[in-house]
Amino acid sequence: MFKDLFQKKRKYATIPSERLGTAGQPQEGERPKREIPEGLMNKCAKCGTIQYSKELEKNLKVCQECGHHMRLNALERIGMTLDETGFEEFDADMISVDPLKFPGYAAKLEQQTMKSGLRDAVVTGQGTILGQPVVVAVMSFDFFTGSMGSVVGEKITRAIEIATDKRLPLIIFSTSGGARMQESILSLMQMAKTSAALARFNEQGGLYISVITDPTTGGVSASFATLGDINIAEPGAVFGFAGRIVIEQTIRQKLPDDFQTAEFNLAHGQLDMVIHRKDMRSMLGKLLEMHAVKGGF
Amino acid sequence: MSGVLPFETPLAEMRKKIEELKQFGQEKGIDFTDEIARLEERYSRLEEEIYSSISPSQKMHLARHQQRPTSLDLIQLIFTDFIELHGDRLYGDDLAVVGGLAKLNGVPVTVLGQQRGKDTKDNIARFFGSPHPEGFRKALRLMQQANKFNRPIITFIDTKGAYPGNTAEERGQSEAIARNLREMSTFGVPIVCVVIGEGGSGGALAMAVGNRVLMLEHAIYSVISPNGAASILWKDASKADQAAEAMKITAQDLLEMEVIEEIIPEPKGGAHRNYEETASAIQSALIRHLTELSAMDACELKEDRYRKFRKIGEFDFAKNEQQDAIM
Repeated sequence: MFKDLFQKKRKYATIPSERLGTAGQPQEGERPKREIPEGLMNKCAKCGTIQYSKELEKNLKVCQECGHHMRLNALERIGMTLDETGFEEFDADMISVDPLKFPGYAAKLEQQTMKSGLRDAVVTGQGTILGQPVVVAVMSFDFFTGSMGSVVGEKITRAIEIATDKRLPLIIFSTSGGARMQESILSLMQMAKTSAALARFNEQGGLYISVITDPTTGGVSASFATLGDINIAEPGAVFGFAGRIVIEQTIRQKLPDDFQTAEFNLAHGQLDMVIHRKDMRSMLGKLLEMHAVKGGF
Repeated sequence: MSGVLPFETPLAEMRKKIEELKQFGQEKGIDFTDEIARLEERYSRLEEEIYSSISPSQKMHLARHQQRPTSLDLIQLIFTDFIELHGDRLYGDDLAVVGGLAKLNGVPVTVLGQQRGKDTKDNIARFFGSPHPEGFRKALRLMQQANKFNRPIITFIDTKGAYPGNTAEERGQSEAIARNLREMSTFGVPIVCVVIGEGGSGGALAMAVGNRVLMLEHAIYSVISPNGAASILWKDASKADQAAEAMKITAQDLLEMEVIEEIIPEPKGGAHRNYEETASAIQSALIRHLTELSAMDACELKEDRYRKFRKIGEFDFAKNEQQDAIM
């Protein structure tokens, strides 16, 4: 039954499009077409197989040859996961400032918006999955490598607070290179802020499912991404604190090939499960349903 | 004078000249009193000039000074009756984190610190002060104990960051840090944290979710080490000094951004010049803050800590024409 829901050609959950058309934002014509991100054909970064982009889209951007899960933009993820109607976005117009006057930051922010069509690295809101209401936060690697600055921290904290107030379950889809250097200490403090908000949510008995997608590292991995009641990852997703290159450079340690993959983390007890993208929506639906039965949340 | 930093070289050279002159006078029986007095005066002026304008990158070198007092040095001087407790009860005992019971001004407290080594051998045993998950979990265990027995928690922050390595990753470095961040926000006892040297990234923060966060005058606290930032931003780790300037990592910057509550003054030239003076300044700040916090009950302390971190972050809202029309 869930499979049918998937194969149906679904549009993305509704996001008010006018928010993309304001001053300083890319105009309609220049926005990258998300339907065919890299032209007609697409080459898998892992196995090199070339496939039709349209076919790839149908396959939820999972390589038909090797099963490699390609990275998704936040809006694509919302479209694949939430029910088609009824998504209401929170804080859609929140934008980053340049509090430290960091060299090159302001220009880079503008460029990232052009590239991704997003205002920052997370989209938050409320919607339903298989009919069950849920607050979601979905990170996007294509905006500034999903880095967490003040906006990401604030939007996620607000989403957690809304879930706490409304007594709704919470799902955060993480993908991030870590804290955003250009906001320095303010970025670091977002780790404490989001984790403290999760503590309150937790004390109240709220269900938090953390979905870890490729890659999730640094400040995001060491805060809300690991704090789920249930931690799920997509196959092959890199998930860890210090990146491979950092480790190899600082302590010159030889690292295993599967280092920090979802499977590595599952084997070391850091995850509850690794779930294929095609089964993610139904798994989330099941988990939500199991926690809804008791009443309360 | 050992442990001279590059920016202190003029001072060291002048000091050497004064000593030479003194010795020469003694040997030859010539009276250089006036000359020496003049030189001493010039020395103090230069000292004032150099130490009143220490740049962020110079502070970075001061904060990492090999002779800078470590957590254990300060614990011995600030507290009495320190009893060290060990282990996380899950895997091992990480020597990069020390902790235990102690008395501050006669009152029992739980004290924790990140511990650099005093020499190479000690540094290897303590992983250069970079904790593994078991270090953070030991800290958590001792903090939970403090919460149970209603003791204030004091932490000293001094780490380049959480240990980056395969073993740390296998045992859940991210989870250990994240859990501390979450749990520290729930304790009903006062938590005061002092950055005494380098506050490096998540590894520092994992023990620094306090009602009050204080910093020694020349301590630094940052999201990533300036070396790391330089290699990522400009693909050149040698630009660490430039990154240190851009990243606003000094105690003075953090006070201005309202991330910390207070700067604790250091002896002239830095904490390593006088351990006792440094310890005494920290001690009086700790007593003052804990006295203030003791007026709050468990709920208020929790709320106070939540608010402290909740308000950090700067952002804006895009001008939305549609919204303006509605308004």
